[in-house]
Amino acid sequence: MANLKEELKTKIIETLNLEDLTIDDIADDDSLFGDGLGLDSIDALELIVLMDKDYGIRLADPKEGRTIFTSIQTMADYITANRTK
Amino acid sequence: MKNCYINGISAISAQDTFESDFLNSAVINENDNILRAIDPNYKVFIPPAAIRRMAKGIKMGVATSAQALEKAGLEQVDAIIVGTGMGCSQDSEKFLRNIIDNKEEFLTPTSFIQSTHNTVAGQIAVRLACKGYNFTYVNGAISFESALLDACMQITSDEANSILVGGIDEYAEHTFSLYQLIGLIKSAQDRPFSVLNSATKGAVFAEGATFFALENTRKESTFAQVIDVRVKNKLNQEQVAAFINDFLDKNALNLSQIDVVVLGNNGDVEYDGYFKKAAAHLSESTQIYYKHLSGEYNTASAFGVWLASNILKNQQIPEIVRLNSIEKQQYKTILLYNQYRGLDHSLVLMQTVE
Amino acid sequence: MELGEIMMKIAITGIGIISAIGTTAEENFNALINRKSGISNLENLDTIHKETLKFGEVKLTNSALTERLNLPENHNFSRTALLGTFAAQQAVKSAGIDDINDYPTGLISSTSVGGMDKTERYFYEYFDNQQIQKFITSHDAGDVSHKIADSLGIDGLVTTISTACSSAANAIMFGARLIASGQLERVVVGGSDSLSKFTINGFNTLMILTDSYNTPFDNNRKGLNLGEAAAYLVLESDKIVEEQNKQVLAYLSGFGNANDAYHQTASSENGEGAFLAMEKALKMAKTSPKDIDYVNVHGTATPNNDLSEGIALQRVFGADMPLFSSTKPYTGHTLAAAAAIEAVYSIMALQHNVVYPNLNFKEKMQEFDLIPTTELVEKELNTVLSNSFGFGGNCSTLIFSKA
Repeated sequence: MANLKEELKTKIIETLNLEDLTIDDIADDDSLFGDGLGLDSIDALELIVLMDKDYGIRLADPKEGRTIFTSIQTMADYITANRTK
Repeated sequence: MKNCYINGISAISAQDTFESDFLNSAVINENDNILRAIDPNYKVFIPPAAIRRMAKGIKMGVATSAQALEKAGLEQVDAIIVGTGMGCSQDSEKFLRNIIDNKEEFLTPTSFIQSTHNTVAGQIAVRLACKGYNFTYVNGAISFESALLDACMQITSDEANSILVGGIDEYAEHTFSLYQLIGLIKSAQDRPFSVLNSATKGAVFAEGATFFALENTRKESTFAQVIDVRVKNKLNQEQVAAFINDFLDKNALNLSQIDVVVLGNNGDVEYDGYFKKAAAHLSESTQIYYKHLSGEYNTASAFGVWLASNILKNQQIPEIVRLNSIEKQQYKTILLYNQYRGLDHSLVLMQTVE
Repeated sequence: MELGEIMMKIAITGIGIISAIGTTAEENFNALINRKSGISNLENLDTIHKETLKFGEVKLTNSALTERLNLPENHNFSRTALLGTFAAQQAVKSAGIDDINDYPTGLISSTSVGGMDKTERYFYEYFDNQQIQKFITSHDAGDVSHKIADSLGIDGLVTTISTACSSAANAIMFGARLIASGQLERVVVGGSDSLSKFTINGFNTLMILTDSYNTPFDNNRKGLNLGEAAAYLVLESDKIVEEQNKQVLAYLSGFGNANDAYHQTASSENGEGAFLAMEKALKMAKTSPKDIDYVNVHGTATPNNDLSEGIALQRVFGADMPLFSSTKPYTGHTLAAAAAIEAVYSIMALQHNVVYPNLNFKEKMQEFDLIPTTELVEKELNTVLSNSFGFGGNCSTLIFSKA
């Protein structure tokens, strides 16, 4: 699980081009959207594609993303439970 | 009818034009057939959350529009009007490449969203919270002049008090490779490159952004006035003189009143004949050129207007842009002429302020 | 004097259109009044989304268009240029123009994809095949306009606007202002966009496409169907109308452009940009909301647009909401061309005194009490308002009035 979380942090920084951040800057429980990392609806769509491409998880409804992407921890939990890759 | 004053200007180009004094450190390029613009520190103008999504063109546009506003002492404008020949090519290419390479799977939205032609104008509006008129013109070498014409119409007819007008085009790898393929960009083996006296086809291509803050009131910061703008889809070389005469007639000016003519020579032996005709017709004027400094791109003519604005304010012509050696007592009226490959001809008339 | 203080009343003397529901104005009109939608399965473009999505496709192939336009085999027109030229020629013919340069004439066109259909097809192949390299210069927006201008024989002011889905409305506005300011006597204005893998995939990544038929202003709406089309109007000054005894089809009596200044693709919650655009247009037309007889809404059937537009409509019209409908269930969302085809539909509505039905509507949106017209209504119309909103927060409104 720790590996997955680190992997997620790296991927998020890379995919969303968060140039000024390192893995250490993102705590597992930091809020990804809103006040924490400040990601927005376009980033949510990017994360949905990332889940499909890298972990084989396809979300039928983009709104599901809201709870899944709350934090690195919630993302890791969901992926661990549902990954097909 | 109100006057149209240029109260703030800003340029990012292949020269050091953003931070430095007017062309003091300008260098003539002879060896590169593609010039990249010199980047300022964009982080000063754009927060990390936004900058991470922006390709160079958007960053250049946001930075120059911010600097132009600052120089004019403005925090808000009534309208934002932008010209771009190729739009956000970097993002377009990125999205397109992904579509093709990944066979339409696993595509992400960011580069698609950023690829729309009016992204720069839209981003500036968001940054300023400007809810006013917002247009983007995309028509080759008159993209910027279309924006300028629209802006001047609004200022002079009192529809708007202040408008941000700009021209932006960015380098994009695939697009520029295609241009090289069909000879729009000078072949590397044709170096050293010269914009004047060139015997080869194509031009040295570049990128850049130039913004102007226009207002209907004169200020300390005023550089010049824009009197009139005209565009025409096509002309043959024999029609250039009449095109110029017609424009001057409309503005009750004769040839001898044009102190300076700014020409868009780009070193393409096939088409620079247009500029030779214009020069011959305005043989009594001080003649200057600029694409040996800015390079060629659809909105490079905005760099010409930037140059003219500086000349009208400072009443000095840098040696590096002179085409002939005619001097004038006073540089009061400047005419700019540009075209690209026989299409998209433009004339811009500017004057000092009393 | 503010432009808004001048009487804005620009004569429209010609219309031309090609869309999923017809290759002439008449064909389009018949489809509209007979509830014949043009949303169907894709035939002319190859994409992995062919089976899952539906489109408002113009069923004429590029070869068929080439033939109709009498172009030489080795032309380098992109599909957008073919559609645009087709519609623009129709408009000029409809305006009864013999010599296009008899008065100072210009063309203000618009597009968002330009020649992308060729660019995406030949992306890598360009480097290996010299024969197709002629399409490289057909990519940019300006090229489409040049080709249209050349085919019409226009010698003068030609330029192009590209502001996503509000593009053609903006082209129409700028053309009108060029006449109002006396710089031109006649302007051909409008827009064109063809379908492309670029836009299909682009909109798909935003998850705002429906896999069924679009349902504007419906509570269960899932998104839009993409379409392709081109439409042009001929605007002429009073001078031309008088001297040539022209029949005026309708007048452009007001317009407004404003920016949401909120987000690159999403509209603000209170529909601020849309509200401001409508207010500007009403002010210019010196018309009160009560006097609008029909609103042709942007109504793309995306969750975001219809909510935002609905709120803006309520802010403008309050309890006096006129009959309204979206015609996108017929044609799909044709991007830059949308405002132009909808302008043609608004003009025909005025000419024939009909309000088109909003197809596919079942359930009212829970957020407010706005219910589109679901039947064809025959009613005297004097003033029609048309909305078009694009990415980059670009919001445009046009007001047409009866001739």
